[in-house]
Amino acid sequence: MNPFGIFITIGLYYTFSEIYSRKRVFILNPVMLTILTIVLILHLFGIGYDYYNESARILTFLLGPAVVSLAIPLYRQREYIHRYSKQIFAGVTAGGLVAVVSAVLIITLLGGDDTVARSIAPKSITTAIAIGVSEKISGIPSLTAVLVIITGIMGNAAGVEVMNALKIRDRVARGLAMGVTAHGLGTARIILDDEVSGAVSGLGMALNGIFTSVILPFLAIVLF
Amino acid sequence: MYRGLAIIFGFFFLGEFISNAADLMIPGSVIGMILLTIALFSGVVNPEWCEREAEFFVRHMSVLFIPPGAGIVMYLSLIKTELLPISAALFISFFATLLVTGKVVEVLR
Repeated sequence: MNPFGIFITIGLYYTFSEIYSRKRVFILNPVMLTILTIVLILHLFGIGYDYYNESARILTFLLGPAVVSLAIPLYRQREYIHRYSKQIFAGVTAGGLVAVVSAVLIITLLGGDDTVARSIAPKSITTAIAIGVSEKISGIPSLTAVLVIITGIMGNAAGVEVMNALKIRDRVARGLAMGVTAHGLGTARIILDDEVSGAVSGLGMALNGIFTSVILPFLAIVLF
Repeated sequence: MYRGLAIIFGFFFLGEFISNAADLMIPGSVIGMILLTIALFSGVVNPEWCEREAEFFVRHMSVLFIPPGAGIVMYLSLIKTELLPISAALFISFFATLLVTGKVVEVLR
C-alpha cells in the first residue's frame, strides 16, 4: 500500500489544526480545509481519487470502531438522560425528524436530484454515522460527509446567535437543539457557554445519530 | 490497551455481523454502538475496561472522515448544478431543526 494518502491526510490535518489552535475562527475549520486542499491537489496534479482513497483506506476503516466508541461518552452523560429523559426523548424525536424531512422536502420541491436528497437526509448527525447511513440508503457518502461538515460549521459559527434570535433561552433546550442540529462541531461551541448545555448537546448528538440511522430506512420508503 | 481494543472491535464485528446477517439498513458500527451502550448500562461491560481506547477514537474521529470527504472531487459538477436546492435545504433545515428541537424542550420544562 502506498503511503501517499495517509501522508497528505495526516500532514495537512496536522498543519491546519496547528493554525486553528492559534486562530480559532470557524472558517479555518481544519477538516474542511484539509478536504479542500486534497481536492485541489488531486485536481491540479491529475491524481485519481481512487488512488488517494485506496491508500488512505486504513483511516476510513477506523470510522467503524470510532462510532462504536461513542457509547462511552453516551454512558458518561447518563445522569442527564435520567434527569431530563422526557425532554431529551421528545426533542431528539422531533428535531431528528424535522432535520431529515425538511431537507429532503426542500430538495424535492426545488427539483433537486434524488441522489442529492438521499445524501442530504442524514446531514444533522455526526459525520462518522452519516457516512454509513448515506451508503445504506443509496446516497453519495462523500457528498454526505461534506454536507454534514458544512452543517456543523454553521452550528459552530452561528448556532448560538440563531438560538438567541429565536428566543431559545433554557440551557437544556439550547444544548439539545445544538447537538441534534449540528452534532460535534455545534457541541464544541455550546460547551464554551454552559457546561450543562454542552453535556446535553453531546447527548443530543449521540442519540440523534442512533435515532436517525434507525428511522431513515423507514422514512426512505416514503420520502424517495 | 488490548482489552479495550478487543471490546471495541468485538462490538464492531458483532454489529457488522448482525447488520449483514439480518440484511439491515442500519450500519453495523451503529448496531455495535447500541449494543455496547446496552452492555454498559446493564453492567455486562465495565466502562473502565475500554474508556481510554474509546476516548482516543472519539477524540481523533474527525481526521478519519477526511478521505471520504475528499471524494467530493468526483461530484463537483453535480454540486454545481444542484447548488441552489442544496444551499436552500441546508440553510432552512438548519433553522427549522434548531427551532423545533429548542421549543419542544422548552415547552416540556
